[in-house]
Amino acid sequence: MSLQQGQIASDLALALKAISSATDLEDLKQVKIDHVGDKSALAKANQALATIDASQRAEFGKLIGSARTEVNQAFEKKSNELANLRDSKVLLTEKVDVTLPGRRTLKGGLHPLTILTNEISDLFIGLGYKVAEGPELESEWLNFDALNIPADHPARTMQDTFFVEPLDAKLVLRTHTSPVQIRTMLEQKPPIYVICPGKTYRADELDATHTPVFHQVEGLVIDEGITMADLKGTLDYFAKSIFGSEVTTRLRPSFFPFTEPSAEVDIFFNGRWIEWGGCGMVNEKVLIACGVDTKKYSGFAFGMGLERTLMVKHGITDMHDIVEGDVRFTQSFGVGKK
Amino acid sequence: MKIPLSWLREYVTVPAKLTAEQIAQAFVKVGFEVEQIEYQGKDLKGPLLVGKVLSIEELSGHKKPIRYVGLDLGDKKTRFVICGARNFKVNDLVVVAIPGAVLPGNFAISARETYGKVSDGMICSAKELGISDDHAGIIVLPEGKVGSDALVLLDISDVIFDIAINPDRGYAMSVRGLARELAGSLKSKYVDPADTKIAKKLNSIKSNKAVSVKIEDKSGADQIFIRTLAKVNVKKPTPIWMSRRIEKCGMRSISLAVDITNYVMLELGQPLHAFDADLVDGGLRVVRAGKFSKITTLDKVERKLNPENLVIADSKSALALAGTMGGLSSEVTSSTTRIALEAAHFDPMSIAKNSRFHKLSSEASRRIERNTDPALAEIASARAASLLVDLAGAQYVGTAQSVIAIKKRKVKISIAQISKFIGYNYTVKQVKDALTLIGCKVSGSSAILTVEIPTWRPDLITSADFSEEIARLNGYELIPSRLPIGKNGGGLTQMQYRKRQIATMLADQGFSEVVNYPFVSQEMVDLLGFTGDRAKSFRIANPMSEDFPLLRTHLIPGLLTTLSRNIGRGGKDLAIFEIGTVFRNTTSLGKASLPDINKRPSAKVISDIYSGVPKQMLFVGAVAAGEKILSNWQGSGQAFTWSDAIAKVVEIVEATGNEFEIVSSDLAPWHPGRCAEIKVDGKPVAHAGELHPRVIAALNLPERTCAFAAILSELPLAKVSAAPKIWNLPATVQDVALVVASSVSAVSVENALRTGAGDLLESITLFDRYDQIGDGKVSLAFTLSFRASDRTLTSDEVAKYRDQAIASATKSCGAVLRS
Repeated sequence: MSLQQGQIASDLALALKAISSATDLEDLKQVKIDHVGDKSALAKANQALATIDASQRAEFGKLIGSARTEVNQAFEKKSNELANLRDSKVLLTEKVDVTLPGRRTLKGGLHPLTILTNEISDLFIGLGYKVAEGPELESEWLNFDALNIPADHPARTMQDTFFVEPLDAKLVLRTHTSPVQIRTMLEQKPPIYVICPGKTYRADELDATHTPVFHQVEGLVIDEGITMADLKGTLDYFAKSIFGSEVTTRLRPSFFPFTEPSAEVDIFFNGRWIEWGGCGMVNEKVLIACGVDTKKYSGFAFGMGLERTLMVKHGITDMHDIVEGDVRFTQSFGVGKK
Repeated sequence: MKIPLSWLREYVTVPAKLTAEQIAQAFVKVGFEVEQIEYQGKDLKGPLLVGKVLSIEELSGHKKPIRYVGLDLGDKKTRFVICGARNFKVNDLVVVAIPGAVLPGNFAISARETYGKVSDGMICSAKELGISDDHAGIIVLPEGKVGSDALVLLDISDVIFDIAINPDRGYAMSVRGLARELAGSLKSKYVDPADTKIAKKLNSIKSNKAVSVKIEDKSGADQIFIRTLAKVNVKKPTPIWMSRRIEKCGMRSISLAVDITNYVMLELGQPLHAFDADLVDGGLRVVRAGKFSKITTLDKVERKLNPENLVIADSKSALALAGTMGGLSSEVTSSTTRIALEAAHFDPMSIAKNSRFHKLSSEASRRIERNTDPALAEIASARAASLLVDLAGAQYVGTAQSVIAIKKRKVKISIAQISKFIGYNYTVKQVKDALTLIGCKVSGSSAILTVEIPTWRPDLITSADFSEEIARLNGYELIPSRLPIGKNGGGLTQMQYRKRQIATMLADQGFSEVVNYPFVSQEMVDLLGFTGDRAKSFRIANPMSEDFPLLRTHLIPGLLTTLSRNIGRGGKDLAIFEIGTVFRNTTSLGKASLPDINKRPSAKVISDIYSGVPKQMLFVGAVAAGEKILSNWQGSGQAFTWSDAIAKVVEIVEATGNEFEIVSSDLAPWHPGRCAEIKVDGKPVAHAGELHPRVIAALNLPERTCAFAAILSELPLAKVSAAPKIWNLPATVQDVALVVASSVSAVSVENALRTGAGDLLESITLFDRYDQIGDGKVSLAFTLSFRASDRTLTSDEVAKYRDQAIASATKSCGAVLRS
């Protein structure tokens, strides 16, 4: 067999023409058989290299190799082009309306009181606190006496506090989460750093801003050298974490039987001062009742209403929304909207 | 209490440039919350003149009687006005607004024609002037120069602060106390209105005609002064300056004698009582009621006395409920000529008990409960006596007293200790100034100061008490901010994590959390068919509503009520849950104990207190109705069923890391054939399924409403779990279809297969249940998946395990391989 340069050039031209004139992938299959595969003219010329004179082999080898590369590249390119063309045609017929609503499962959510409790617990856990809890049906001694609220104090009348029968069992629905502080001090040795969230009860009619069943979070720290400055710093941090870093706090002198000095804490939020909670240095009488060594330790305590905090934070104007259990209210908070 | 700025200014120098808001802020800064600021006369413009009634013409034929009144306004001509009020007569002095005046509510006065006459002004009532709510009639003045400016006479233009007084600051329920606090806050000059000179003078006048007094119960009082006055002209009117101040403080002017006692109380803080001395039989005594069984108080209520009540009595009967309210029998009336003025320092507790027992809170009792200055009994009684002399033409007769000498209290305070407690280093000057401002006498100039505590501050005892005063008067804003960090590690307990994890899981799966009141009705308990422990409710002695007197023993009642409320508001697809405490009256409670708090109670007493509190379990509960997967354009959705309730509660128990078993149950309020009981360690911890149709019908709930409840606090805590090994070699799967009697539970077949299949069984899943094969039988088809850690299992080996599994199911459940 002999090889001629002219023939190779015309085979190449033929192959390129066939490739370029293919209009779909079906055409291209035949083009591959005729001009690219083992039975194509160039493939055959390549096989013939072995039979020609050794002196011509390098020259023809180079010529045929470059022709085949050119064909392969052209084929590859055309093949991609035609595949894309086919895809875009087919996929176009599969187009859907992506705005159609998908299958939904029922939407759930956490009550904002739970979300807020978690948020507060987490921020105090970050400060090395533990979360302390206690019973809602509580002994009068832990709810009142131990907190320096004597037997004839007005808070201990049926007007303010729910008493549970039999009356001689001296059980009340706790009026604050402070008995948890007492339990903590009776059960643990200082240093104590706890946050006490929970349900509390007072005999108030439900209206836009009151509810007989509400929630509080209280904090208690007992350690060596605790001062009112520590209380102030903790409240600042707490307020900024909940309401935003631009929020400032202010302490106003006040009175509570279980703290001395006592203060109300206000926050400056949305352009005005808002009463947020009460606080103070734990009254020595309370520490003594719990057996805390007052020569060595001092402490602070604070307490806020969670409903009030929610109302301020989320602009809720009616307590009914918080207590009535309407799923639309809960669902709007999802599992942890801030 | 309400207090006018004009009165405060008499004793404290208030810079003229300060606004009312700034003065209010000064009160707030030292701990006195200003609840309201009233600007009296702010929207009132004169001319407002004192007029004398010259003539009254009654106009008839109108809807109501109308008067056409001729007035002398001091300008030599008679001005005529129309007036609808009738509480005045010719020669009375009245307040007249003439054209040009503007009354509150932007009510401009002009001459106008009405009732066929021209009305050239208006005779005013107190309400029309915005100075009181009294609109019984027009103001009839006891005094005043005709034609003079009534705005000045009535001292109308004033700022009134309504201030909340904390219970530890009884002394501040007076002009005396609040002026001192304002001076302290503004660091300005203060003059104490309590004047000892008059008292000294009056004390020296002795007479055997004076009513005598004795404190017979030393626990009830330690100071009492009785000042006797004769020839009192009780009919003289109260001067306008006095009645106006009383009104501005929110009280009513009643009669001269009563007004004087109230005025002195407002000025100094000492409650006083005036007895008609002629109606006192023998001397006055401070005693417990004892055998005196009743008293009719000034409010005309006959009260049954408790023997422990503290009273002022004469030789025959109880004349006054001490420190609370006087009695009707010795009341000062228009025929009184001799008065016995009483002022005492009573035991606050005794008066608080008087007040509570009789549900009678008075201006006097509110002050005494908070403790009054013991030195004031003498001073205030003298002040009131001298006012009776000056204003009622009385003649002073003499003084009787029964007193225990007031001890001076001196303590030493350490500035270092106080600074350390507050967290701010106070200078000697800051400490001295603060304590001086509140009336202490401070001596010494070093770190330790000697403080003489004023008689009106019995609350100052400990270093913390002084710390508060020093911090308060120097301003809480001085205290720096420091953030302490816990030292023993923080974090949630496993139970706290569990609660959070389960709530989040349910919320993620379509359940909405609610927080219900734990108050339930007996009807609900009966309807749900609760028996045993769940019927043992605690009853609230004073419930918000008699319809809901019980504490919940379960979460389902509240959840069903909330479900109904949501349905009532148009809800259709609803799944709600709650995590909360339930209360069961199941254990006998320990003996209640209320030990003193002067030391830590003994371990025994603490243990008694703890055991006196019933155990309260934490539950999670849920109810669901409607669709869990919602219908939409792709087709219908999927409804909640008994099976979803069970699956959910199983997931909860699994999440706690507990092994459990499921058995069929007929517990109310569930459907007796569609209720699963979940047991851990043989103890029931959860129930789930469809509600009883009777409950659904009674509460008008959607058919097939389902529910579950689990006792989170009864599920044992999990140990820290070791991570599982994950094998990568391929699993080999075998399917098995078995026919069993339909009474055989799926879980028992599954358990039998599991037992027989051996250790290499990785999972088992029921993928089909067919109940149409008849003969009381069902077919259950399971996929068994096997995997080994060290080799790829051959189908021969796995077939062997499968056959062993089938044999086990045949043996324990009578299962037959489905052909």
